[in-house]
Amino acid sequence: MDDLYQQQILEHAKYPHNFGRLTEPDISHEEHNPLCGDRVRIELLIENDIITDVRFEGRGCAISQASASLLTDELKGMPVETAKAFSKEELLDLIGIPLTRNPTRLKCALLSLKALKAGLYGIDHLNEDDDDL
Amino acid sequence: MSTLTQFDVLAIRREFPILQQEVHGHRLAFLDSAASSQKPRQVIDCLEDYYRRYNANVHRGVYKFSEEATFAYERARGKVARFIGAASQREIIFTRNTTESINLVAQTWGATNLRPGDHILLSLMEHHSNIVPWQMIAQRTGAILDYLSIDGEGRLVLEELDQKLTEQTKLVALTQQSNMLGTINPVRLIADRAHAVGAVMLVDGAQSVPHMPVNVAELGCDFLAFSGHKMCAPTGIGVLWGRRKLLEAMPPFMGGGSMIKVVELKQSTYADVPARFEAGTPAIGEAIALGEAIDYLSTIGMEAIYQHEVELMAYALERLVNVPGLTLYGPLTTEQRGGAFSFTLEGVHPHDVAAILDGQGIAVRAGHHCTQPLHRHFDVPATTRASFYIYNLPEEIDRLAVGLEKASKLFQ
Repeated sequence: MDDLYQQQILEHAKYPHNFGRLTEPDISHEEHNPLCGDRVRIELLIENDIITDVRFEGRGCAISQASASLLTDELKGMPVETAKAFSKEELLDLIGIPLTRNPTRLKCALLSLKALKAGLYGIDHLNEDDDDL
Repeated sequence: MSTLTQFDVLAIRREFPILQQEVHGHRLAFLDSAASSQKPRQVIDCLEDYYRRYNANVHRGVYKFSEEATFAYERARGKVARFIGAASQREIIFTRNTTESINLVAQTWGATNLRPGDHILLSLMEHHSNIVPWQMIAQRTGAILDYLSIDGEGRLVLEELDQKLTEQTKLVALTQQSNMLGTINPVRLIADRAHAVGAVMLVDGAQSVPHMPVNVAELGCDFLAFSGHKMCAPTGIGVLWGRRKLLEAMPPFMGGGSMIKVVELKQSTYADVPARFEAGTPAIGEAIALGEAIDYLSTIGMEAIYQHEVELMAYALERLVNVPGLTLYGPLTTEQRGGAFSFTLEGVHPHDVAAILDGQGIAVRAGHHCTQPLHRHFDVPATTRASFYIYNLPEEIDRLAVGLEKASKLFQ
Protein backbone atom coordinates (compact mmCIF):
# COMPACT_ATOMS: atom_id res chain seq x y z
CA MET A 1 0.00 0.00 0.00
CA ASP A 2 3.03 2.25 0.43
CA ASP A 3 3.14 1.92 -3.37
CA LEU A 4 0.47 4.62 -3.33
CA TYR A 5 2.79 7.17 -1.85
CA GLN A 6 5.55 7.17 -4.41
CA GLN A 7 7.82 10.19 -4.55
CA GLN A 8 5.98 11.74 -7.51
CA ILE A 9 2.64 11.68 -5.66
CA LEU A 10 4.10 13.11 -2.47
CA GLU A 11 5.90 15.88 -4.39
CA HIS A 12 2.79 16.89 -6.33
CA ALA A 13 0.66 16.76 -3.18
CA LYS A 14 3.08 18.94 -1.24
CA TYR A 15 3.95 21.33 -4.06
CA PRO A 16 1.05 21.16 -6.51
CA HIS A 17 1.55 22.65 -9.97
CA ASN A 18 -0.96 25.17 -11.32
CA PHE A 19 -2.56 25.70 -7.91
CA GLY A 20 -4.76 28.77 -7.56
CA ARG A 21 -7.41 30.65 -9.50
CA LEU A 22 -7.52 32.40 -12.89
CA THR A 23 -8.75 36.01 -12.95
CA GLU A 24 -11.17 35.53 -15.85
CA PRO A 25 -11.55 31.83 -16.58
CA ASP A 26 -13.69 30.68 -19.49
CA ILE A 27 -14.59 27.57 -17.57
CA SER A 28 -14.61 27.08 -13.81
CA HIS A 29 -16.06 23.99 -12.25
CA GLU A 30 -15.85 22.31 -8.84
CA GLU A 31 -16.58 18.71 -7.97
CA HIS A 32 -16.83 17.06 -4.54
CA ASN A 33 -16.27 13.58 -3.29
CA PRO A 34 -18.90 13.26 -0.56
CA LEU A 35 -17.25 10.10 0.76
CA CYS A 36 -14.22 11.89 2.12
CA GLY A 37 -14.89 15.60 1.67
CA ASP A 38 -12.32 16.04 -1.10
CA ARG A 39 -12.99 18.89 -3.51
CA VAL A 40 -11.30 20.07 -6.70
CA ARG A 41 -12.05 23.14 -8.81
CA ILE A 42 -10.59 23.36 -12.30
CA GLU A 43 -10.39 26.64 -14.22
CA LEU A 44 -9.53 26.95 -17.90
CA LEU A 45 -8.60 29.79 -20.22
CA ILE A 46 -9.51 28.91 -23.81
CA GLU A 47 -8.37 30.67 -26.99
CA ASN A 48 -9.17 29.33 -30.47
CA ASP A 49 -10.28 26.00 -29.00
CA ILE A 50 -6.93 25.53 -27.25
CA ILE A 51 -6.50 25.46 -23.46
CA THR A 52 -3.98 28.25 -22.97
CA ASP A 53 -3.95 28.35 -19.18
CA VAL A 54 -5.24 26.21 -16.37
CA ARG A 55 -5.43 26.33 -12.57
CA PHE A 56 -6.87 24.12 -9.95
CA GLU A 57 -7.83 24.67 -6.37
CA GLY A 58 -8.95 22.15 -3.82
CA ARG A 59 -8.44 20.31 -0.64
CA GLY A 60 -8.28 16.63 0.01
CA CYS A 61 -6.04 13.62 0.20
CA ALA A 62 -2.65 13.39 -1.47
CA ILE A 63 -4.05 11.25 -4.30
CA SER A 64 -6.78 13.71 -5.28
CA GLN A 65 -4.50 16.75 -5.14
CA ALA A 66 -1.55 15.10 -6.92
CA SER A 67 -3.92 13.88 -9.61
CA ALA A 68 -5.20 17.42 -10.21
CA SER A 69 -1.64 18.73 -10.32
CA LEU A 70 -0.58 16.14 -12.92
CA LEU A 71 -3.73 16.60 -14.98
CA THR A 72 -3.42 20.38 -15.14
CA ASP A 73 0.22 20.05 -16.31
CA GLU A 74 -1.02 17.88 -19.14
CA LEU A 75 -3.87 20.20 -20.13
CA LYS A 76 -1.81 23.26 -20.89
CA GLY A 77 -1.77 23.80 -24.67
CA MET A 78 -4.16 20.94 -25.30
CA PRO A 79 -6.99 21.34 -27.85
CA VAL A 80 -10.39 21.39 -26.12
CA GLU A 81 -11.53 18.41 -28.19
CA THR A 82 -8.56 16.36 -26.97
CA ALA A 83 -9.30 17.35 -23.36
CA LYS A 84 -12.91 16.32 -23.79
CA ALA A 85 -11.75 12.88 -24.88
CA PHE A 86 -9.08 12.55 -22.16
CA SER A 87 -9.74 9.17 -20.59
CA LYS A 88 -9.44 7.93 -17.05
CA GLU A 89 -6.87 5.39 -18.24
CA GLU A 90 -4.70 8.24 -19.51
CA LEU A 91 -4.96 10.00 -16.15
CA LEU A 92 -4.19 6.81 -14.23
CA ASP A 93 -1.12 6.34 -16.46
CA LEU A 94 0.01 9.84 -15.51
CA ILE A 95 -0.49 9.12 -11.81
CA GLY A 96 1.35 5.87 -12.24
CA ILE A 97 0.09 4.02 -9.19
CA PRO A 98 -2.04 0.87 -9.08
CA LEU A 99 -5.58 1.91 -8.18
CA THR A 100 -7.79 -0.30 -10.29
CA ARG A 101 -8.47 -2.66 -7.40
CA ASN A 102 -9.04 0.16 -4.98
CA PRO A 103 -12.44 1.69 -5.88
CA THR A 104 -12.51 4.19 -3.01
CA ARG A 105 -9.16 5.71 -3.84
CA LEU A 106 -10.01 5.57 -7.55
CA LYS A 107 -12.73 8.14 -6.85
CA CYS A 108 -10.12 10.40 -5.23
CA ALA A 109 -7.81 10.01 -8.21
CA LEU A 110 -10.51 10.73 -10.77
CA LEU A 111 -12.08 13.74 -9.04
CA SER A 112 -10.04 16.26 -11.06
CA LEU A 113 -10.97 14.58 -14.34
CA LYS A 114 -14.60 14.67 -13.26
CA ALA A 115 -14.34 18.41 -12.62
CA LEU A 116 -12.68 18.90 -16.02
CA LYS A 117 -15.30 16.88 -17.92
CA ALA A 118 -18.25 18.45 -16.13
CA GLY A 119 -16.77 21.90 -16.81
CA LEU A 120 -16.10 21.22 -20.50
CA TYR A 121 -19.47 19.64 -21.12
CA GLY A 122 -21.28 22.28 -19.07
CA ILE A 123 -22.86 19.74 -16.75
CA ASP A 124 -23.78 20.85 -13.24
CA HIS A 125 -22.59 17.66 -11.64
CA LEU A 126 -21.68 14.36 -13.12
CA ASN A 127 -23.53 11.48 -11.60
CA GLU A 128 -21.59 10.01 -8.68
CA ASP A 129 -21.81 6.56 -10.22
CA ASP A 130 -20.79 7.73 -13.66
CA ASP A 131 -17.31 6.33 -13.70
CA ASP A 132 -17.21 6.11 -17.47
CA LEU A 133 -16.22 9.78 -17.73
CA MET B 1 0.83 -1.90 30.33
CA SER B 2 -0.58 -3.81 33.27
CA THR B 3 -3.80 -5.52 32.50
CA LEU B 4 -6.78 -5.89 34.77
CA THR B 5 -8.88 -7.45 32.06
CA GLN B 6 -11.10 -10.15 33.49
CA PHE B 7 -10.94 -12.30 30.38
CA ASP B 8 -8.21 -13.71 28.21
CA VAL B 9 -8.03 -11.48 25.13
CA LEU B 10 -5.68 -13.86 23.33
CA ALA B 11 -8.20 -16.68 23.80
CA ILE B 12 -10.95 -14.41 22.49
CA ARG B 13 -8.86 -13.51 19.44
CA ARG B 14 -8.57 -17.20 18.57
CA GLU B 15 -12.37 -17.32 18.36
CA PHE B 16 -12.37 -14.85 15.45
CA PRO B 17 -11.20 -16.55 12.24
CA ILE B 18 -10.74 -13.23 10.41
CA LEU B 19 -8.18 -12.01 12.95
CA GLN B 20 -5.86 -14.89 12.08
CA GLN B 21 -5.10 -13.33 8.72
CA GLU B 22 -2.20 -11.26 7.55
CA VAL B 23 -2.82 -8.04 5.64
CA HIS B 24 -0.06 -6.70 3.37
CA GLY B 25 2.36 -8.99 5.19
CA HIS B 26 1.38 -7.82 8.69
CA ARG B 27 -0.82 -9.31 11.37
CA LEU B 28 -4.25 -7.65 11.10
CA ALA B 29 -4.92 -4.98 13.72
CA PHE B 30 -8.65 -4.42 13.33
CA LEU B 31 -9.48 -0.98 14.77
CA ASP B 32 -12.79 -0.33 13.02
CA SER B 33 -15.36 -2.10 15.19
CA ALA B 34 -17.42 1.07 15.57
CA ALA B 35 -18.28 0.62 11.88
CA SER B 36 -18.83 -3.13 12.10
CA SER B 37 -17.46 -5.74 14.47
CA GLN B 38 -15.87 -9.03 13.51
CA LYS B 39 -17.76 -12.30 14.12
CA PRO B 40 -16.71 -15.18 16.37
CA ARG B 41 -16.75 -18.75 15.06
CA GLN B 42 -19.75 -19.50 17.32
CA VAL B 43 -21.91 -16.96 15.44
CA ILE B 44 -20.66 -17.96 11.99
CA ASP B 45 -21.36 -21.62 12.84
CA CYS B 46 -24.84 -20.74 14.09
CA LEU B 47 -25.69 -18.99 10.83
CA GLU B 48 -24.30 -21.87 8.81
CA ASP B 49 -26.17 -24.38 10.95
CA TYR B 50 -29.47 -22.67 10.14
CA TYR B 51 -28.85 -22.68 6.40
CA ARG B 52 -27.47 -26.22 6.37
CA ARG B 53 -29.82 -27.95 8.75
CA TYR B 54 -33.23 -26.27 9.18
CA ASN B 55 -33.61 -23.42 6.68
CA ALA B 56 -37.35 -22.72 6.27
CA ASN B 57 -39.66 -19.75 6.40
CA VAL B 58 -41.06 -18.94 9.82
CA HIS B 59 -44.54 -18.71 11.29
CA ARG B 60 -46.93 -20.68 9.12
CA GLY B 61 -45.13 -23.88 8.31
CA VAL B 62 -46.24 -26.97 10.17
CA TYR B 63 -43.37 -29.14 9.05
CA LYS B 64 -40.39 -29.87 11.24
CA PHE B 65 -37.89 -27.37 9.81
CA SER B 66 -40.30 -24.48 9.81
CA GLU B 67 -41.26 -25.14 13.39
CA GLU B 68 -37.63 -25.36 14.35
CA ALA B 69 -36.84 -22.11 12.51
CA THR B 70 -39.82 -20.36 14.10
CA PHE B 71 -38.81 -21.59 17.52
CA ALA B 72 -35.21 -20.39 17.06
CA TYR B 73 -36.32 -17.04 15.61
CA GLU B 74 -38.69 -16.34 18.51
CA ARG B 75 -36.18 -17.61 21.04
CA ALA B 76 -33.71 -15.04 19.65
CA ARG B 77 -36.34 -12.37 20.28
CA GLY B 78 -36.48 -13.51 23.89
CA LYS B 79 -32.69 -13.37 24.19
CA VAL B 80 -32.70 -9.78 22.92
CA ALA B 81 -35.45 -8.84 25.38
CA ARG B 82 -33.53 -10.26 28.36
CA PHE B 83 -30.26 -8.72 27.13
CA ILE B 84 -31.65 -5.17 27.30
CA GLY B 85 -34.06 -5.68 30.19
CA ALA B 86 -37.27 -5.32 28.19
CA ALA B 87 -40.53 -6.00 30.06
CA SER B 88 -41.68 -8.44 27.37
CA GLN B 89 -40.32 -10.00 24.22
CA ARG B 90 -43.33 -8.56 22.41
CA GLU B 91 -41.55 -5.23 22.71
CA ILE B 92 -38.72 -6.44 20.45
CA ILE B 93 -39.08 -5.72 16.73
CA PHE B 94 -36.53 -7.17 14.34
CA THR B 95 -35.42 -4.69 11.68
CA ARG B 96 -32.48 -4.57 9.29
CA ASN B 97 -30.37 -2.20 11.38
CA THR B 98 -30.40 0.90 13.60
CA THR B 99 -31.24 3.08 10.61
CA GLU B 100 -34.36 1.11 9.81
CA SER B 101 -35.38 1.08 13.48
CA ILE B 102 -35.22 4.88 13.67
CA ASN B 103 -37.00 5.31 10.34
CA LEU B 104 -39.72 2.98 11.61
CA VAL B 105 -40.37 5.24 14.61
CA ALA B 106 -40.21 8.40 12.50
CA GLN B 107 -42.61 7.08 9.84
CA THR B 108 -45.14 5.55 12.25
CA TRP B 109 -45.01 7.26 15.64
CA GLY B 110 -43.81 10.50 14.07
CA ALA B 111 -46.38 10.58 11.28
CA THR B 112 -49.28 10.11 13.71
CA ASN B 113 -48.07 12.24 16.63
CA LEU B 114 -46.26 15.24 15.17
CA ARG B 115 -48.17 18.42 14.35
CA PRO B 116 -47.05 21.68 12.73
CA GLY B 117 -44.97 23.65 15.23
CA ASP B 118 -44.07 20.63 17.38
CA HIS B 119 -40.38 20.38 18.20
CA ILE B 120 -38.00 17.42 17.84
CA LEU B 121 -34.84 17.74 19.91
CA LEU B 122 -31.65 16.11 18.59
CA SER B 123 -27.98 16.77 19.30
CA LEU B 124 -25.11 17.93 17.17
CA MET B 125 -23.32 14.62 17.68
CA GLU B 126 -26.02 12.46 16.05
CA HIS B 127 -25.19 10.01 13.27
CA HIS B 128 -26.95 10.87 9.99
CA SER B 129 -29.33 7.99 10.72
CA ASN B 130 -30.65 9.91 13.72
CA ILE B 131 -30.94 13.20 11.80
CA VAL B 132 -32.20 12.54 8.29
CA PRO B 133 -35.30 10.43 9.24
CA TRP B 134 -36.40 13.31 11.51
CA GLN B 135 -35.78 15.89 8.79
CA MET B 136 -37.94 13.83 6.45
CA ILE B 137 -40.84 13.52 8.89
CA ALA B 138 -40.47 17.18 9.94
CA GLN B 139 -40.91 18.22 6.32
CA ARG B 140 -44.05 16.11 6.08
CA THR B 141 -45.62 17.20 9.36
CA GLY B 142 -44.39 20.77 9.81
CA ALA B 143 -42.45 19.87 12.96
CA ILE B 144 -39.31 21.83 13.84
CA LEU B 145 -35.84 20.40 14.58
CA ASP B 146 -33.68 21.68 17.46
CA TYR B 147 -30.16 20.57 18.32
CA LEU B 148 -28.34 20.42 21.64
CA SER B 149 -24.85 21.89 21.25
CA ILE B 150 -21.59 20.32 22.38
CA ASP B 151 -18.68 21.84 24.26
CA GLY B 152 -14.97 21.79 23.40
CA GLU B 153 -14.46 18.31 24.84
CA GLY B 154 -17.37 16.93 22.84
CA ARG B 155 -19.93 16.75 25.66
CA LEU B 156 -23.54 17.91 25.48
CA VAL B 157 -24.22 21.39 26.81
CA LEU B 158 -26.87 20.33 29.31
CA GLU B 159 -27.63 23.91 30.39
CA GLU B 160 -29.45 24.28 27.07
CA LEU B 161 -32.10 21.80 28.18
CA ASP B 162 -33.95 24.57 30.07
CA GLN B 163 -34.39 26.54 26.88
CA LYS B 164 -34.59 23.79 24.23
CA LEU B 165 -36.75 21.25 26.05
CA THR B 166 -40.21 22.81 26.31
CA GLU B 167 -43.89 21.91 26.18
CA GLN B 168 -43.58 22.07 22.37
CA THR B 169 -40.99 19.28 22.40
CA LYS B 170 -42.70 16.03 21.41
CA LEU B 171 -39.66 13.86 20.88
CA VAL B 172 -36.03 13.74 21.97
CA ALA B 173 -33.78 11.49 19.87
CA LEU B 174 -30.28 11.06 21.22
CA THR B 175 -27.32 8.77 20.80
CA GLN B 176 -26.13 7.02 23.95
CA GLN B 177 -22.56 7.02 22.63
CA SER B 178 -21.17 9.19 19.84
CA ASN B 179 -19.67 7.15 17.01
CA MET B 180 -17.15 9.90 16.26
CA LEU B 181 -16.27 11.35 19.68
CA GLY B 182 -16.84 8.34 21.91
CA THR B 183 -18.80 10.55 24.32
CA ILE B 184 -21.33 8.70 26.48
CA ASN B 185 -24.37 10.87 27.11
CA PRO B 186 -26.39 11.10 30.36
CA VAL B 187 -29.43 9.44 28.82
CA ARG B 188 -31.30 8.87 32.09
CA LEU B 189 -31.13 12.51 33.05
CA ILE B 190 -32.33 13.67 29.64
CA ALA B 191 -35.07 11.02 29.48
CA ASP B 192 -36.43 12.21 32.83
CA ARG B 193 -36.34 15.82 31.66
CA ALA B 194 -38.04 14.83 28.38
CA HIS B 195 -40.81 13.01 30.22
CA ALA B 196 -41.30 15.98 32.53
CA VAL B 197 -42.44 18.04 29.51
CA GLY B 198 -44.43 15.14 28.04
CA ALA B 199 -41.94 14.27 25.30
CA VAL B 200 -41.04 10.77 24.14
CA MET B 201 -37.38 9.69 24.24
CA LEU B 202 -35.64 7.60 21.57
CA VAL B 203 -32.10 6.37 22.17
CA ASP B 204 -29.71 5.40 19.39
CA GLY B 205 -27.86 2.49 20.98
CA ALA B 206 -25.82 1.46 17.92
CA GLN B 207 -22.53 2.28 19.67
CA SER B 208 -23.51 1.54 23.27
CA VAL B 209 -25.38 -1.79 23.27
CA PRO B 210 -22.37 -3.73 21.86
CA HIS B 211 -19.96 -2.27 24.40
CA MET B 212 -21.59 -1.89 27.83
CA PRO B 213 -24.50 -3.13 29.93
CA VAL B 214 -27.64 -1.40 28.61
CA ASN B 215 -30.95 -1.79 30.38
CA VAL B 216 -33.98 0.03 29.03
CA ALA B 217 -35.65 0.25 32.43
CA GLU B 218 -32.57 1.97 33.84
CA LEU B 219 -32.21 4.23 30.81
CA GLY B 220 -35.78 5.36 31.22
CA CYS B 221 -36.23 5.81 27.48
CA ASP B 222 -39.24 4.91 25.30
CA PHE B 223 -37.47 3.55 22.21
CA LEU B 224 -34.04 1.96 21.77
CA ALA B 225 -32.54 1.23 18.36
CA PHE B 226 -29.44 -0.86 17.66
CA SER B 227 -27.75 -3.08 15.07
CA GLY B 228 -26.59 -6.67 15.23
CA HIS B 229 -23.50 -6.31 13.06
CA LYS B 230 -21.70 -4.06 15.54
CA MET B 231 -22.09 -6.68 18.29
CA CYS B 232 -20.65 -9.82 16.70
CA ALA B 233 -23.84 -10.72 14.79
CA PRO B 234 -24.32 -10.72 11.00
CA THR B 235 -25.33 -7.70 8.94
CA GLY B 236 -28.99 -7.32 8.00
CA ILE B 237 -30.42 -7.72 11.48
CA GLY B 238 -31.25 -4.88 13.86
CA VAL B 239 -33.57 -4.20 16.75
CA LEU B 240 -36.15 -1.68 17.76
CA TRP B 241 -37.32 -1.88 21.34
CA GLY B 242 -40.33 0.23 22.28
CA ARG B 243 -42.69 0.51 25.23
CA ARG B 244 -45.61 -1.77 24.50
CA LYS B 245 -48.24 0.94 24.96
CA LEU B 246 -46.51 3.16 22.40
CA LEU B 247 -45.96 0.30 19.94
CA GLU B 248 -49.60 -0.80 20.20
CA ALA B 249 -50.81 2.70 19.29
CA MET B 250 -48.54 2.95 16.23
CA PRO B 251 -49.75 2.24 12.68
CA PRO B 252 -47.82 -0.30 10.55
CA PHE B 253 -44.52 0.64 8.91
CA MET B 254 -44.58 -1.48 5.77
CA GLY B 255 -47.49 -3.48 4.42
CA GLY B 256 -47.26 -7.10 3.36
CA GLY B 257 -47.22 -10.63 4.60
CA SER B 258 -47.07 -11.49 8.32
CA MET B 259 -48.20 -8.05 9.51
CA ILE B 260 -51.93 -8.64 9.02
CA LYS B 261 -54.89 -10.28 10.72
CA VAL B 262 -57.47 -10.21 7.94
CA VAL B 263 -56.92 -8.97 4.38
CA GLU B 264 -59.94 -8.02 2.30
CA LEU B 265 -59.97 -6.46 -1.13
CA LYS B 266 -60.32 -2.88 0.08
CA GLN B 267 -58.87 -2.97 3.56
CA SER B 268 -57.06 -5.04 6.12
CA THR B 269 -56.70 -5.32 9.84
CA TYR B 270 -53.24 -5.50 11.27
CA ALA B 271 -51.44 -7.98 13.45
CA ASP B 272 -50.52 -7.26 17.05
CA VAL B 273 -47.02 -6.12 17.91
CA PRO B 274 -44.34 -7.09 17.09
CA ALA B 275 -45.63 -8.85 13.92
CA ARG B 276 -47.35 -5.61 12.82
CA PHE B 277 -43.90 -4.14 12.19
CA GLU B 278 -42.28 -7.16 10.57
CA ALA B 279 -43.77 -7.30 7.08
CA GLY B 280 -42.36 -9.93 4.76
CA THR B 281 -39.89 -12.72 5.37
CA PRO B 282 -37.48 -11.50 8.05
CA ALA B 283 -33.74 -12.14 8.27
CA ILE B 284 -34.33 -15.46 10.02
CA GLY B 285 -30.83 -16.91 10.16
CA GLU B 286 -29.41 -13.51 11.01
CA ALA B 287 -31.86 -13.02 13.89
CA ILE B 288 -31.00 -16.46 15.26
CA ALA B 289 -27.30 -15.61 14.92
CA LEU B 290 -27.93 -12.33 16.78
CA GLY B 291 -29.30 -14.42 19.63
CA GLU B 292 -26.10 -16.50 19.48
CA ALA B 293 -23.97 -13.32 19.53
CA ILE B 294 -25.86 -12.21 22.64
CA ASP B 295 -25.09 -15.56 24.27
CA TYR B 296 -21.44 -15.11 23.31
CA LEU B 297 -21.21 -11.56 24.71
CA SER B 298 -23.19 -12.46 27.84
CA THR B 299 -20.81 -15.31 28.63
CA ILE B 300 -17.92 -12.84 28.62
CA GLY B 301 -20.07 -10.29 30.45
CA MET B 302 -20.95 -6.78 29.29
CA GLU B 303 -19.41 -5.17 32.36
CA ALA B 304 -16.12 -7.01 31.73
CA ILE B 305 -16.24 -5.94 28.08
CA TYR B 306 -16.70 -2.33 29.08
CA GLN B 307 -13.82 -2.55 31.60
CA HIS B 308 -11.55 -4.02 28.91
CA GLU B 309 -12.36 -1.09 26.65
CA VAL B 310 -11.75 1.41 29.44
CA GLU B 311 -8.25 -0.04 29.82
CA LEU B 312 -7.61 0.18 26.08
CA MET B 313 -9.01 3.73 26.10
CA ALA B 314 -6.74 4.83 28.93
CA TYR B 315 -3.75 3.45 27.05
CA ALA B 316 -4.85 4.99 23.75
CA LEU B 317 -5.29 8.41 25.34
CA GLU B 318 -1.77 8.17 26.77
CA ARG B 319 -0.22 7.03 23.46
CA LEU B 320 -2.15 9.17 21.00
CA VAL B 321 -1.76 12.55 22.70
CA ASN B 322 2.01 12.07 22.40
CA VAL B 323 1.93 11.61 18.63
CA PRO B 324 3.30 14.86 17.17
CA GLY B 325 0.73 16.84 15.19
CA LEU B 326 -2.24 14.76 16.32
CA THR B 327 -5.47 16.49 17.30
CA LEU B 328 -8.00 14.31 19.09
CA TYR B 329 -11.72 15.16 19.01
CA GLY B 330 -13.74 14.06 22.01
CA PRO B 331 -13.22 13.57 25.75
CA LEU B 332 -9.62 13.31 26.94
CA THR B 333 -10.45 11.09 29.91
CA THR B 334 -12.05 7.65 30.12
CA GLU B 335 -14.91 9.13 32.17
CA GLN B 336 -18.27 8.58 30.40
CA ARG B 337 -16.45 7.66 27.24
CA GLY B 338 -16.40 4.73 24.82
CA GLY B 339 -13.58 3.37 22.71
CA ALA B 340 -13.86 5.44 19.53
CA PHE B 341 -11.09 7.93 18.77
CA SER B 342 -11.35 10.39 15.89
CA PHE B 343 -8.36 12.53 15.10
CA THR B 344 -6.52 14.54 12.49
CA LEU B 345 -2.81 14.43 11.81
CA GLU B 346 -1.27 17.73 10.81
CA GLY B 347 -0.30 17.85 7.15
CA VAL B 348 -1.77 14.46 6.25
CA HIS B 349 -5.28 13.97 4.90
CA PRO B 350 -7.29 11.34 6.86
CA HIS B 351 -7.60 9.16 3.75
CA ASP B 352 -3.85 9.12 3.38
CA VAL B 353 -3.46 8.33 7.09
CA ALA B 354 -5.83 5.37 6.71
CA ALA B 355 -4.10 4.14 3.54
CA ILE B 356 -0.67 4.30 5.15
CA LEU B 357 -1.95 2.43 8.22
CA ASP B 358 -3.56 -0.16 5.94
CA GLY B 359 -0.13 -0.74 4.46
CA GLN B 360 0.91 -1.88 7.94
CA GLY B 361 -2.10 -4.14 8.40
CA ILE B 362 -3.97 -1.64 10.61
CA ALA B 363 -7.63 -1.16 9.70
CA VAL B 364 -9.10 2.23 10.65
CA ARG B 365 -11.82 4.38 9.11
CA ALA B 366 -11.41 7.75 7.40
CA GLY B 367 -14.07 10.21 6.38
CA HIS B 368 -16.94 12.01 8.05
CA HIS B 369 -18.25 8.88 9.82
CA CYS B 370 -21.83 9.89 8.88
CA THR B 371 -21.54 12.92 11.15
CA GLN B 372 -21.17 15.84 8.73
CA PRO B 373 -22.71 18.45 11.11
CA LEU B 374 -20.22 17.42 13.80
CA HIS B 375 -17.26 17.67 11.41
CA ARG B 376 -18.50 21.08 10.28
CA HIS B 377 -18.64 22.10 13.95
CA PHE B 378 -14.96 21.19 14.37
CA ASP B 379 -14.21 22.72 10.95
CA VAL B 380 -12.56 19.59 9.55
CA PRO B 381 -13.70 17.89 6.32
CA ALA B 382 -12.80 14.45 7.60
CA THR B 383 -11.06 12.60 10.42
CA THR B 384 -9.43 9.23 10.94
CA ARG B 385 -11.10 6.99 13.51
CA ALA B 386 -9.72 4.07 15.49
CA SER B 387 -12.20 2.07 17.57
CA PHE B 388 -11.88 -0.91 19.89
CA TYR B 389 -13.68 -4.06 20.90
CA ILE B 390 -13.21 -7.21 22.98
CA TYR B 391 -10.47 -8.61 20.72
CA ASN B 392 -8.17 -5.58 20.68
CA LEU B 393 -4.81 -5.48 22.46
CA PRO B 394 -2.66 -2.64 23.82
CA GLU B 395 0.07 -3.64 21.36
CA GLU B 396 -2.29 -2.73 18.52
CA ILE B 397 -2.48 0.79 19.94
CA ASP B 398 1.34 0.84 19.91
CA ARG B 399 1.30 -0.16 16.25
CA LEU B 400 -1.26 2.58 15.56
CA ALA B 401 0.90 5.22 17.23
CA VAL B 402 4.02 4.07 15.36
CA GLY B 403 2.08 4.02 12.09
CA LEU B 404 0.85 7.57 12.65
CA GLU B 405 4.39 8.77 13.32
CA LYS B 406 5.46 7.10 10.10
CA ALA B 407 2.66 8.84 8.17
CA SER B 408 3.71 12.19 9.64
CA LYS B 409 7.31 11.66 8.54
CA LEU B 410 6.33 10.61 5.02
CA PHE B 411 4.47 13.86 4.49
CA GLN B 412 6.93 16.14 6.27
